[in-house]
Amino acid sequence: MKREAKLSTRNSSLSAPRSPLRDFLRALWAIVWKDLSAEWRSRELLTAMLIFSLLVILIFNFALELDARARASVTAGVLWVTFAFAGTLGLNRSMATEKDRGCLNGLLLAPVDRSAIYFGKAIGNLIFMFTVELIVLPVYSVLYNINLFRPGLLLVILLGSIGYVAVGTLLSTMAVQARTRDILLPILLFPLIVPVMIAAVKASGGFLQGLPWIEVSTWINLLIVYDVIFVAVAFMFFDYVVEE
Amino acid sequence: MITVKKLVKRFGPKIVLRGLDFEVESGEFVALLGPNGAGKTTFLRILASLSRPAMGEVRIAGYHLPGQASAVRRRLGVVSHQPLLYGDLTAEENLRFYGRMYAVSDLNARIAEVLDMVGLAPRRRDLVRTFSRGMQQRLAIGRAVLHDPDVMLFDEPHTGLDQDACVMLDTVLREVAARGRTVVMTSHDLARAADMASRFDVLSRGKIVASVRRDEMDTTDNLLAFYRDAVQEREA
Repeated sequence: MKREAKLSTRNSSLSAPRSPLRDFLRALWAIVWKDLSAEWRSRELLTAMLIFSLLVILIFNFALELDARARASVTAGVLWVTFAFAGTLGLNRSMATEKDRGCLNGLLLAPVDRSAIYFGKAIGNLIFMFTVELIVLPVYSVLYNINLFRPGLLLVILLGSIGYVAVGTLLSTMAVQARTRDILLPILLFPLIVPVMIAAVKASGGFLQGLPWIEVSTWINLLIVYDVIFVAVAFMFFDYVVEE
Repeated sequence: MITVKKLVKRFGPKIVLRGLDFEVESGEFVALLGPNGAGKTTFLRILASLSRPAMGEVRIAGYHLPGQASAVRRRLGVVSHQPLLYGDLTAEENLRFYGRMYAVSDLNARIAEVLDMVGLAPRRRDLVRTFSRGMQQRLAIGRAVLHDPDVMLFDEPHTGLDQDACVMLDTVLREVAARGRTVVMTSHDLARAADMASRFDVLSRGKIVASVRRDEMDTTDNLLAFYRDAVQEREA
């Protein structure tokens, strides 16, 4: 009886004054928290990304018997190939979790701006990507005997990862609704991320070879422009991508 | 509470809903019956703002869809045959997540109330992937009522449940309906629908072809005969 009385007087979530920005940030943070908590329990996504990344750099290490000079020139390529493929695994898994039990519908039913869902998922994916990169970089440094902890290179990794995840999150949301989602994402994603891959590889290579800032800045600017464009495009189109 | 006029939904060349009209008063419990492929789930997805109609008017609690979808979503609770829950989160964490998405105030107390209502308070800290299908479905109902919605949509909530789980789910459904909420439930199980609903609408080939109130149907056999007649007439 007491419980019924308590339940029947509830409607506070409807009557309370609402701030769109606060609702947006609350929903965004809720999604990030949910993704991190679920991953902390299962460790499925990070384990898959990490094992894959470490295997790739190990295989490259044995396949390419490189001298010190050649190593500096191929490092950027090997790193970004590793990040791109591992990132695809992560993006696929992250969205598959939403689709498997119909949870994507649960998100879409919430009375929040749908771009909050996009940004929440994208920030979660970015954290997973950074975590993998943070582990791969020292392992790569040891295996290839090259110092990768340079501020310029870290900036490129930051910008490149943002561009990759911005477009990857949008496309994985599209791909997850298809039966062939596992193969569809790379087919859609890789052609679109060619500009970011080229810019990231060129800029990373420039920093590793000690080129002056002026020679690298063009690629950095391209990365920034690419990031801004894709975040804006995803912000505008996410609603249409998820709508039936 | 719900008004639908001349609703049309197409998937490519296929027309699923063909000028459907539907009206539900506040506090009514409507069972939407119909054969497979009649368009029940599509219709419910449109009411839930998950799908856009091609034509027609949809209003829920005075707000129209899809234009005022956010206001509608705030007043809706949806339960489908999928639980919409995260297996790697506990029951409490799932409700906390959805509570934040709906900006539910006094969330801790509300989660405790809801878990108590669906009989899962002792399992609050267990991962949802360790729950049976019936427990997951009860928690799904808890998720759907967490923000105290005015309108509940149930899309075949008994699918995949054994008899005991169905009986338990019915108890929770009755409790949800008894609080004066407006409920629309699709079902293949006429006996279960007959037990709970105050009105029965038959959807066939994209249109509501018949409607009857509970007080006009004294037995489940009569309801079954009414349903068969309505569907056969439409098929013919």
